[in-house]
This record gives sequence, C-alpha cells and structure tokens, in this order.
Amino acid sequence: MLVFNFFLFRVVQTDPIGSLFRGRNVPAETLDNLRASFGLDQSIGTQFVFYLRETAQLNLGISYQSRQPVWDEIVSAIPPTLALVGVAAILSAVIGTAAGIVAAWRRNTWKDHSITSGTMIFYSMPDFWLGMILLVGFAVVLGWFPVGGIVTAGSTETGIERLLDQLYHMFLPALTLTLAYLGEYTLVTRSSLLDVMGEDYLTVARAKGLRDVRVRNRHAVPNALLPVVTLTAINFGFVLSGAIAVEAVFSWPGLGKATADAIRGPDLPMLQGLFLLFSAAVIVFNLIADLTYSWLDPRVEGA
Amino acid sequence: MSTLAMQRRRATAGRVWTQFRSSRQGMIGLGVLLLFVLMALAAPLLADARELSPVFARAQGNPQWASPGEFSPLGTDHIRRSVWAQFVWGSRVSIFVGLAATVLTIAIGSVVGIVSGFVGGRVDAVLMRLTEWFLVIPFLPLAIVLASVLGRNVWNIIFVIGITSWPSTARLIRAQVLTVKQRLFVDRARSLGASGGHIVSHHILPNVMGLILANATLAVPISILTETTLSFLGLGDPSAASWGKTLEEAFVNGAMTRNAWWYFLPAGLGILAVVLAFTLIGRTLEEIANPRLSRGR
Repeated sequence: MLVFNFFLFRVVQTDPIGSLFRGRNVPAETLDNLRASFGLDQSIGTQFVFYLRETAQLNLGISYQSRQPVWDEIVSAIPPTLALVGVAAILSAVIGTAAGIVAAWRRNTWKDHSITSGTMIFYSMPDFWLGMILLVGFAVVLGWFPVGGIVTAGSTETGIERLLDQLYHMFLPALTLTLAYLGEYTLVTRSSLLDVMGEDYLTVARAKGLRDVRVRNRHAVPNALLPVVTLTAINFGFVLSGAIAVEAVFSWPGLGKATADAIRGPDLPMLQGLFLLFSAAVIVFNLIADLTYSWLDPRVEGA
Repeated sequence: MSTLAMQRRRATAGRVWTQFRSSRQGMIGLGVLLLFVLMALAAPLLADARELSPVFARAQGNPQWASPGEFSPLGTDHIRRSVWAQFVWGSRVSIFVGLAATVLTIAIGSVVGIVSGFVGGRVDAVLMRLTEWFLVIPFLPLAIVLASVLGRNVWNIIFVIGITSWPSTARLIRAQVLTVKQRLFVDRARSLGASGGHIVSHHILPNVMGLILANATLAVPISILTETTLSFLGLGDPSAASWGKTLEEAFVNGAMTRNAWWYFLPAGLGILAVVLAFTLIGRTLEEIANPRLSRGR
C-alpha cells in the first residue's frame, strides 16, 4: 500500500512545483529552492526511503498550498468529517433498514412501490447536486439554514451555544448525505428480507399462532440483517472519503473539502496523505466487518 | 451446425425481448434512454455548437444570467452562453464517457473473471488477490488521484473509471464461470477433444453473456455518476464539457447564491434521468437472466 501510494504520486507527476506555479512569473532559482525544500531534487530511491521513514513517524510532508505539515492539516479536518458523516451514516442505516423492512413485509403494495421508487431516485442523482438543490431551496431562497461553513462567521460563542450553532450548520449537509446513502440500505434490507421470507421457520412461527409483528421482529428481521450489518461496516470505511463533493458544496471544513481543495492545486503531499488515510480507514472497517459478521453468524466462523 | 447455433441464439434473443417487453420498469427505462440517446445524436440539429463559446455568445448580444423567461429556452450563464446548448452538447459527453468507461470496466472484469474461473489454480489465486486489493482501495479517492496525476482529458477519465471499477464484475463473472464449468456439456466437449479456447468461446461465454450484459447495464450508472463527481471536483475535460462540468461551472461561478436554478437544474435532471433509465433496464435484464430474483419484485 505504501509503495503504491508513493510511486503513484511520484512517477506520473514529474514536476509538481512547476505545475503549481504554471502560468505565473516565478524566477527559476526560486523554483529550484522550493524543489530542494520539498526534497524533490533527490533521486526517486532516496525520496522513497525518506518517505517510508517519515510516514512511520507520521510526518507526511508539508502541504504545497498552506505550507503547514500535512499531518496537522489532516488531523484538524478529521473531527468535522467524522461528526457529519457519522451522523449521516447512522441515520441512513436506521431509516434505510426500517424502510426496507416495511417495503419487503408489505411487498407489491403502494407502500413498497413508493419506498422503492423514492429510494431509487435519490440513489440515481449525484449527491452533491442534491446538496446544491437543498442549499438553494432552504438556505438561499427560504433562508432557514446557513449557506455553508461549520460555525457562524465571527461568532465568539462557547460551550452549548457553539455546539448548537454547529448542529444548525450541519443540518443540510447531513440531510443530503442521509438521503444519498439511504437507497442502498433500503434495497439491500428489502431483498435480504424477501429471501428470508420464504423460509420454513417463518411458517412454523405463524403456525404457532404468533402475531404478524412478532413473527417479523423476532424471527424474520434478525436473520435478514446480516448483510445489512456487513454493508454498514464496509460503508463506514468508505464514508470518510465519501463526502468529498458534498463537503465542497457546503464548505464543510473536513477531509472532503481538504481533498477538493488539494485537487485544485494540485497539492500532492496533501492528496497523498489523504489517500493514505482513506485507504487505512477502509482496511480497518473491513476487518471490523469480518469480525462482527463471524460474531453475529457463528456459521461463518473460521471461514 | 453454425446455422443451428444462429437460430438458437435468435430464439433466445426473441425470448428475452418478449420478457423484457412485459416489464413496465424496463420499458420506461428504455423509453427514457432512447429519448436521451436521440438528443445526444441530434445535438447539432437542436443547438448550434457555436453557442458554447463565450466569444460567440457575446457577439450574439446574449444577456448575462438571463432566466428562461428572458432568454429562451433555458436562460444563460455567467458568460452569456445558452444553458440549453450546454445541456444538449453535454449529454453527448456524459453518455459517451459513461458507455466507454463501462465497456472498459466490463472488458477488464470479464477477462479477469473468465481466466481466473476457467484456468484456476495459481493464476486464479494471483488474479483474485489483485482483485481484492483493488476492492479495498477507496474507489473515489483513487479515481481522483489518478485523474489529477494523469491530466484533464476525456480518455483519461474513461481510463480512470475503467481501471478502478472492474473488480466487482470480475468476482461476479468468476463465480458464474465456476458453476458453468461444472456442467456436463463442458466435460463432454473436453472429452471430444475441444481446446480450452473453444470451450471458453463456445460453451462458457454464451452462458455468462446474460450476466455480463445485465452487469454492464448496471455499471453504466456508476460510470456516469463517477464522471460527474470527477468533473464537479475540477478534473473534467475543459474542451468537452459534460453535465458534471456544467454543474462545476455553475457552482464555482456562484449560480447558487444568485438562485440561478436554470443553470444547475437541467444538467442534474439529465444525469438523474439517464442513470435511472440504465438502472431500470439493468434490473429488468438481471431478473430475466436470474429468474430467482424476480420473486416478489
């Protein structure tokens, strides 16, 4: 992973400093000094050894744009993303699963049709476009919500009031992401529950005279939720990197906006550091998904 | 012999079409898709390509930020260009990139899946390890990184989408090849002395074709949405403006704070319609290829 990350950025882009200042009138010796200060005048091999050593010490280099250490920039961008995406991931998992259960249990009724087509429509639009529409509708036209950022500019509030202000700013981006993620959970829950519904043990449960709700909640749903749990865990790995365009739309100062800003540079050390973090997140959450799965479903133990 | 195979294939196609026609969601999707494909093909008839140039728009005396009421049919943007012209010509780029990237995705995925499933052994192990590795890398960040190091160009975008989204196809097709390989007619062909190539092209391929096709239709939405996101993040081709590029320009130039809804609404609706159309068609094909799925749907 580290090797790939290093070469991906080095081999293809030959002269990041040149492209950073492309079109601007910068003296050649300034460029050379800059290259030297970023270690770009060394050979590839030297750079690679240097990169490995520094990464192990969490030194990811200096951002071309802000001239601050990449690690500090990334660390300060983690909490906003974690808060925003965490809330959206939990809400969409809960609401999406519930909607999927209703759709499957009442299949081929108007409830099922409206849930299925509604989620498919949200699933088919670019998430940032949904964000743009919500932003224009609720923030620009109606003025109910702020147009972007994480706190009101120039505010000096602390404690609870600051937190409330942040939640107020979080509402629209969180709503956007929740709607965007919803569809997957609904469709997976629905098809998984439909699979389970043909099973004999549900007939047995009904034959015992159990009420419909009890059959659903105690017998059908727990068995249908396994794929949903896996999906949730895997999605958590991708959510860190999933909100890039949406964060850019709402100027949410998290990892996504940092990525969007780094692309415009291009700020290669920053992109490299972000990519490393995103990959690490996916690997960690995949591991968690595997562990929860074998804990929930003893049949797969040792697989 | 070959005429017999042709007849059989034509009969299969006819049967699929009959089943497809009876599905309402499939027909809606097909109708919407045809409409947009026609629009993309007829772009020169619907809007003058010169309308895309700000110089031409200025010479024409177009107003700036005109709403649809002031400038027919869809208003103008910050540099006086007609939004309708951008919408019509953008459909070409978006649909083309979506289809081309999907062809690449499916080609890589099918080759890896078939080779891995059919050859087996060490080749299979190596290919599957590679597939897993690509599955673990976060897809969008990898696409972003590749696109930003390769440069802003339509072919690079197609390459990036193709190279990042083939693994799930490869896994699906490998699984299908493994089951087809166990079937009796494969053993029979082998005992009659058929070569590996012959078995793959005459026995394996026809039996995984339906799956490949359904998978391809379902991969187009992902390709189109990825292209849109990449363009929105500023990685699109400046000389071939897709719908995503239109959305980026609208966003960057403040269409939202101006409430210039006519600038960013059409492109997004176009993406929504095309993506939904492909999804509906894909789901219908999937149900036909795998009847077990259609229960209750």
